[in-house]
Amino acid sequence: MSSVADWEATPNPVKTNRAGLIGKPVDRYEGPLKVTGTAPYAYEVQPPSPPAYGVMIGAEIAVGRVTGADLAAARAAPGVLAVWTHENAPAQPPRGTKAHPRSSAGSRPALDGDRVTYWGQPVAFVVADTLENAVAAAHLVKLSYAPETPNVDFHGRLIDGVDPPGEKDVEVGDFEAGFKASPVQVDETWTTPIQNHCQMEPCASLAWWEGPDRCIAHTSVQMVKPAQHGLAETLGIDRDGVHLMTRYIGGGFGGKGQTYDDLTLAALAARELGRPVKVAFTRQQMMHGTIHRPATLQRVRLGAEKDGRLNAFSIMTWTHCHSDGAFTEHASNFARALYAAPNRLTGHRLVKLDLPHAGPMRAPGEASGTMSLEVAMDELAEKLGMDPVQLRIVNEPPVDPENGRPFSQRQLVRCLQEGAQLFGWDRRLPQPGQVRDGRWHVGLGMAAAIRGNFLLPAKCSFSVDAEGTITVRQGMTDIGTGTYTVLAQIAAETLGVPLGKVVVEIGDSELPPAPGSGGQFGAATAGSAALAAGVNLRRAVAELAVGDAGSPLHGGDPEAVTFQDGVIALENRSETLSDLIRRTRPEGLTVEGEIRPAQDAQRWSTQTYGAHFCEVGVDVVTGEVRVRRMLGVFAAGRILNAKTARSQLTGGMIWGVGAALTEGNAVDPRYGSLIAQDLAQYLVPAHADIGDLDAIMLDEVDDKANPMGIKGVGELGNSGASAAVANAIHNAVGVRVRDYPITPDKLLAALMARGL
Amino acid sequence: MRTTITVNGEARSLDLDPRTTLLDALREHLKLTGAKKGCDHGQCGACTVLVNGVRINACLSLAVMHDGDEVISIEGVGTPDRLHPVQVAFLNQDAFQCGYCTPGQICSTLGLLAELEAGHPSQETAPGAKPEFTGDEIRERMSGNICRCSAYPQIVAAIRQAAEQMA
Repeated sequence: MSSVADWEATPNPVKTNRAGLIGKPVDRYEGPLKVTGTAPYAYEVQPPSPPAYGVMIGAEIAVGRVTGADLAAARAAPGVLAVWTHENAPAQPPRGTKAHPRSSAGSRPALDGDRVTYWGQPVAFVVADTLENAVAAAHLVKLSYAPETPNVDFHGRLIDGVDPPGEKDVEVGDFEAGFKASPVQVDETWTTPIQNHCQMEPCASLAWWEGPDRCIAHTSVQMVKPAQHGLAETLGIDRDGVHLMTRYIGGGFGGKGQTYDDLTLAALAARELGRPVKVAFTRQQMMHGTIHRPATLQRVRLGAEKDGRLNAFSIMTWTHCHSDGAFTEHASNFARALYAAPNRLTGHRLVKLDLPHAGPMRAPGEASGTMSLEVAMDELAEKLGMDPVQLRIVNEPPVDPENGRPFSQRQLVRCLQEGAQLFGWDRRLPQPGQVRDGRWHVGLGMAAAIRGNFLLPAKCSFSVDAEGTITVRQGMTDIGTGTYTVLAQIAAETLGVPLGKVVVEIGDSELPPAPGSGGQFGAATAGSAALAAGVNLRRAVAELAVGDAGSPLHGGDPEAVTFQDGVIALENRSETLSDLIRRTRPEGLTVEGEIRPAQDAQRWSTQTYGAHFCEVGVDVVTGEVRVRRMLGVFAAGRILNAKTARSQLTGGMIWGVGAALTEGNAVDPRYGSLIAQDLAQYLVPAHADIGDLDAIMLDEVDDKANPMGIKGVGELGNSGASAAVANAIHNAVGVRVRDYPITPDKLLAALMARGL
Repeated sequence: MRTTITVNGEARSLDLDPRTTLLDALREHLKLTGAKKGCDHGQCGACTVLVNGVRINACLSLAVMHDGDEVISIEGVGTPDRLHPVQVAFLNQDAFQCGYCTPGQICSTLGLLAELEAGHPSQETAPGAKPEFTGDEIRERMSGNICRCSAYPQIVAAIRQAAEQMA
């Protein structure tokens, strides 16, 4: 069992960074394939024989039953190979079945009953010889329903909210008394809408069978093992009977943390038809058929002394999940570690609705929660007549304010101060509405960023062959985060070989298991396992050399062997890695490494931090908001690759801009469907929406986080970014819109209410 | 329907269902899967290819309409061993993450550079003026290509790098 003390005390090649590859802004490992369109995503893998094409049909009711299906016309249509509903789909084990008790996921049957529990739920499936024939036949499927009245009105059903399973409110001190006694108070309510991931690649799967017990599946999923096990359980075959691959993933953001019916149906149909079958969601189907970030209502109360010190704070979040679900958007949790205050109350209320499944989306909790608290802090600063940066510094806690644990590393104040200086925060006029640039009212806003850091168990293998090439193998994924690249850097640095001598194989269920990409734990988790494998391979190679009479290193101390430029050396004796392996292990040498969370990791509060600064222009005639400049300064441990990490952070910041200004989906109360069903209605940021925007990373090493001292960055950039935009809008025009997104209609209404 | 399209310099004769889009003809018939299907409705730009030198959304065009046309898809722009300067720039500037919108962004960049060269105006161009190679022009002209990973600042930097190298 490892301990934090071991991690801190033990040197390792990543810390030593002899060749300087750790942190270096190298180009993406798989980049040449991606820029030439030769990286095959799931639907693009070429199967051993021509595939058939599956098309899913979604329910046109939110809740009720499928009472009948007229499939005759579809079956008679050209090229049709199969038409399924719940009445004739292959039998599958009930949802959640684990025939193998240690499966990491239970069965996920498709078309498994007449019950409809959300609009767009796949209820029928057509397979044909071509995509065109399948799409045409799908239009001929006639379904009848017994609809029930959907319970989809979140704001009307807040009263139904209950504690999420196994959770209670967390109170420290006496919040109500502390709030009441505070001379300066903020008590406001914010709402955030349903948001959709909108990964550029819609979920897609391709499957074929090699015999009755062996299914080959390519899909687009962030976590390999649960996908493999869930599919095997669904198909009723041995867990290892599924070989699942997900080598290139066209965006995940949490929405591909699980598999969907495309995978189940492709595998079932491939078995029934005896040929490869591929199935993709349409863009429209993605909105309902995959998870979304649920809407929230957040009441924030801040009570402060006149010097700005918080005496009491509370965030209570109401949110919703699917009628059979329990997912909770924990928008209150992050606040527990953020600011000092003796009296604190946080908690959540969950409302079950007949809406599609809610689930995690980039920075779950923080992304939504900072949209209230970090604006509330701005409002408090305004009431106090205090600079918002200073208000945060005044409330900086010496230890985790909720549990008293020391921080492993916390550079929030430095992020705030350096960001303020680099951005030119001193040019901000505290009185709103003072700066004009032609028709634009210009304002500056800022917000703090925080996101937890996690480490999960993972394995990895390293091999060296007779050419001296290092191959990294891990059941890990790269959803655009840079996994391929940082694994290559760790391998090259650890074994002292050039980057060009490293091969990275990931996204495959037959490789050593890793938890995948999510919760910004990917690089730390997968990388730490890779480091362990690298250290083990170094030791194995060193022992091979000193034990081989033919090696110049023979008889030396294996601990003293150095690795550099493909050469292993002991003082002035050396040979190339490839010579040693060719002579002693021509078939190559493979070792595994493993990482587990430290037993004492919970003694520290380990987070990532940042500060956003934003300048907007607001057109008070049209209500249009333009983000003119934005800067984020972040502290997230050692950075493995300055280029890919910066991209993760700027990407997260732009997500914050989208959430602040344009993103949100509305529910049609009649049908329980989402109004925006494509990218022309659900507005993610486009090129023209984003001006000068950058992210800077502070030097930091967090040796308490993992053996490499790194932390995640994939979600940190998203946390707080929306609040910085909202605060800048207030500084520009003096009104607050607390109902996101801050669209021109709402902004104009607020301006008109103020008589502007 | 028998249709002959010159794809990446090679005449390809296909017997196509008239409902087949140019995008599906490339992806499913010619196995050129570089052009991506992100929305199938002309809203995301991931399927952007060049037809007779002009960028279009391949998902919005039926393949049989392109009999005799010259189509350049990302596979015709460069290969991993012989990258085009625009591809090098995207790689250097980290102008992509998941990579799914990237072939469309790169083909769109080639279209953009040609349009600027030819003096085609955009909404950002002052009336009657020749468009200049500015950040605003790039962002306006690239706005048909969505990148959910949001590599927009890096894409603009890549387009600047490529234009410099190609000048």
